[in-house]
Amino acid sequence: MDLNFTPDEIAFRDEVRAFLKDHLPADIREKMIEGHHPSKDDMVRWTRILNKKGWAVSHWPKEWGGTGWSPVKQYIFQEETMAAPAPQLLPFGVSMVGPVIYTFGNEAQKKRYLPAIANLDEWWCQGFSEPGAGSDLASLKTTAKREGDHYIVNGQKTWTTLAQYADWIFMLVRTDPAAKKQEGISFLLIDMKTPGITVRPIVTIDGGHEVNEVFFDDVRVPAENLVGQENKGWDYAKFLLGNERVGIARIGMTKERIRRVKQLAASERDGERRLIDDPRFREKLAWIEVELKALEMTQMRVLAAESKRERGKPDPASSILKIKGSELQQAIRELALDVAGPYAAPYREEVEHGWNEPPAGPDWASTIAPAYFNYRKVSIYGGSNEIQKNIIAKAVLGL
Amino acid sequence: MDFELSEEQRMLKDSVDRLMADEYDFDQRKKHLKGPHGFSDGVWSQFAELGLLALPFSEADGGFGGGPIETMLVMESLGHGLSLEPYFASVVLCGGLLRHAGSPEQRAHWAPQIASGEKKFAFAHAERHSRYDIGHVETKAVAQDGGYVLNGEKSLVLNGDAADMLIVSARVSGGARDRDGIGLFIVDARAPGVTRRGYALQDDRRAAEITLHNVKVDAQHVLGAPGKAFDAIERTMGEAIVAACAEAVGCMDEMHKQTVEYLKTRKQFGVTIGSFQALQHRAVEMFVALEQARSITMYATMLAASDDAEERRRAISAAKAQVGRSIRFVGQQAIQLHGGVGMTHELKVGHYFKRATVIDMFGGDADYHLAKIADAGGLAS
Repeated sequence: MDLNFTPDEIAFRDEVRAFLKDHLPADIREKMIEGHHPSKDDMVRWTRILNKKGWAVSHWPKEWGGTGWSPVKQYIFQEETMAAPAPQLLPFGVSMVGPVIYTFGNEAQKKRYLPAIANLDEWWCQGFSEPGAGSDLASLKTTAKREGDHYIVNGQKTWTTLAQYADWIFMLVRTDPAAKKQEGISFLLIDMKTPGITVRPIVTIDGGHEVNEVFFDDVRVPAENLVGQENKGWDYAKFLLGNERVGIARIGMTKERIRRVKQLAASERDGERRLIDDPRFREKLAWIEVELKALEMTQMRVLAAESKRERGKPDPASSILKIKGSELQQAIRELALDVAGPYAAPYREEVEHGWNEPPAGPDWASTIAPAYFNYRKVSIYGGSNEIQKNIIAKAVLGL
Repeated sequence: MDFELSEEQRMLKDSVDRLMADEYDFDQRKKHLKGPHGFSDGVWSQFAELGLLALPFSEADGGFGGGPIETMLVMESLGHGLSLEPYFASVVLCGGLLRHAGSPEQRAHWAPQIASGEKKFAFAHAERHSRYDIGHVETKAVAQDGGYVLNGEKSLVLNGDAADMLIVSARVSGGARDRDGIGLFIVDARAPGVTRRGYALQDDRRAAEITLHNVKVDAQHVLGAPGKAFDAIERTMGEAIVAACAEAVGCMDEMHKQTVEYLKTRKQFGVTIGSFQALQHRAVEMFVALEQARSITMYATMLAASDDAEERRRAISAAKAQVGRSIRFVGQQAIQLHGGVGMTHELKVGHYFKRATVIDMFGGDADYHLAKIADAGGLAS
């Protein structure tokens, strides 16, 4: 047993750090530290900087721009970028549809779509959830009927993240209504400019516009946009959902938020006493740090096992990464709420590059409550933590 | 980064696991408990034959040069087996003091006697008002005739009643909680002036209250420089806390396994109770708490021998805090999910709960260690 990274891994970490220091634009970094959402332009700029370096799609196969890094290096890269803090790459292209296309798509699709994902020339969104198909995703109802060399798509998707910027959407659609619910589903790629598509914003409790409803009304989609085989879409969806393990715990991001909370608690005074000098506050913070350290070690165990096992069965411990990782992302934002105290209360409307009104109280406090509200999502999306527990109970404990 | 065991480490773990499987089913354990000291001399001899008692000593001192990882493996297995033998008191605690404070001559003299199992040791350190402060020593050591005379009262001395030898902490100078001025003294447990009152702990291990009245110690039995023993005590207690965490992981692993097994077999309303989602989720939450404890114990184990004192202290406190909280959750839920039968003395799960709880109260509970981390400015990340 040895906890240390190899010299090669340490050199790699230093290389990533140096790159981030020199190439992450200061204005983007500042925005991330202050808890604002990166704009579309920020995301595009940052992705292209990484892509120029050859790091935008690091986990992809080499022929499509991947790096061939080991799982440990992939992890180091993700952690360092989150800790910088840099924006996370748009996952819908890089982590979701990209791997589905290079694994199950045909050559024409690979050539057509993959380079544009890597450079964020095309913005993708995900059309999985529907109003009646959340945790029970396979009960989705959006239909695609074959008519000649087209599919005609009708139905509604929801919780579609950043669809307002999207050029393309990848969809689960029902192509065989008579089959058992998992067996009649196909995986379609649809141009968002196609007539019959309507995007309607959903404003979330933090006041932000991240998610949308997307309506499909007789949308004509070329049959060549089908990925893999008709009615095999559920298999591709399972592949997609199981694909993104490294980094799901977002340990680097929580670490960065802990640093931020410490810094704010050192600047915020309760009368004469700094908040960081309040023992009860410090102990709450210490507990988050302890749990995060334990989770980091759990993550290391999973990575070490993955490196050894090649692409074998994942370590059972990996299943707890999503649950505990999301709990800690929420816990540190809850503690930030405690730091802001009464100044968490004032509401300020965020515009594209900041605020439109002067603050009541310290400037940094404006993003605290919205982040707290917004991060309730992390234990809901991607399979709620209750669904994760169902999965572990069955797959790991055999219940 | 590597979490694999070496071939030798795997063999070590297998041999302790096998010994526990052969000697420690629930009925055998009851028999061991009825032994004169509340454990099995036979099993103790087997510990010696397997080399477990020699494990942490250097090869020069007749040991095997095992480090924190080897100790972790042994302790986790002993936790699985719910062993009653005084491995922790004699080898981990007193062996540690000997390694960290002993002169080459003292190590050469005592290490082989611990390693052979011939002499069992106990660390007489805590006192009535120590709580978890390892620097709290009121027992007095006064220089006399080239040696020392000890007077005072020691409390909660693990293995205190069965021990042949005691390592006693006593103050040569300073006030009750001064880091400076503490000495360590090797005392024959049957020496004139030593009075022992033995008793059982909640987890069936034994301890003693010990009174020292004008106990004479020769110069060669003073361990390390008198007055400068705090660092050795701190190193040893740190290693012991990590070892105790490993034992607790063994206990929690068993509790979790037994609970899941029970959920799969116990039927109510015509179905196994493991088919109920509320109970499935609880079992998963136990699993998460167990794995978090296992992870942080590995972390602290790998840092237990670090020369960076700050990093070492933080890692040890982080481990004990996480393990303490996991112990409470896993233990309480193991009983809850077993229902009424979990309350009975006849079922093994309750005994794991009790052992884990006693470990929780050793060396500082979660609140104590969180406060320590908080006072140190948090975990460096």
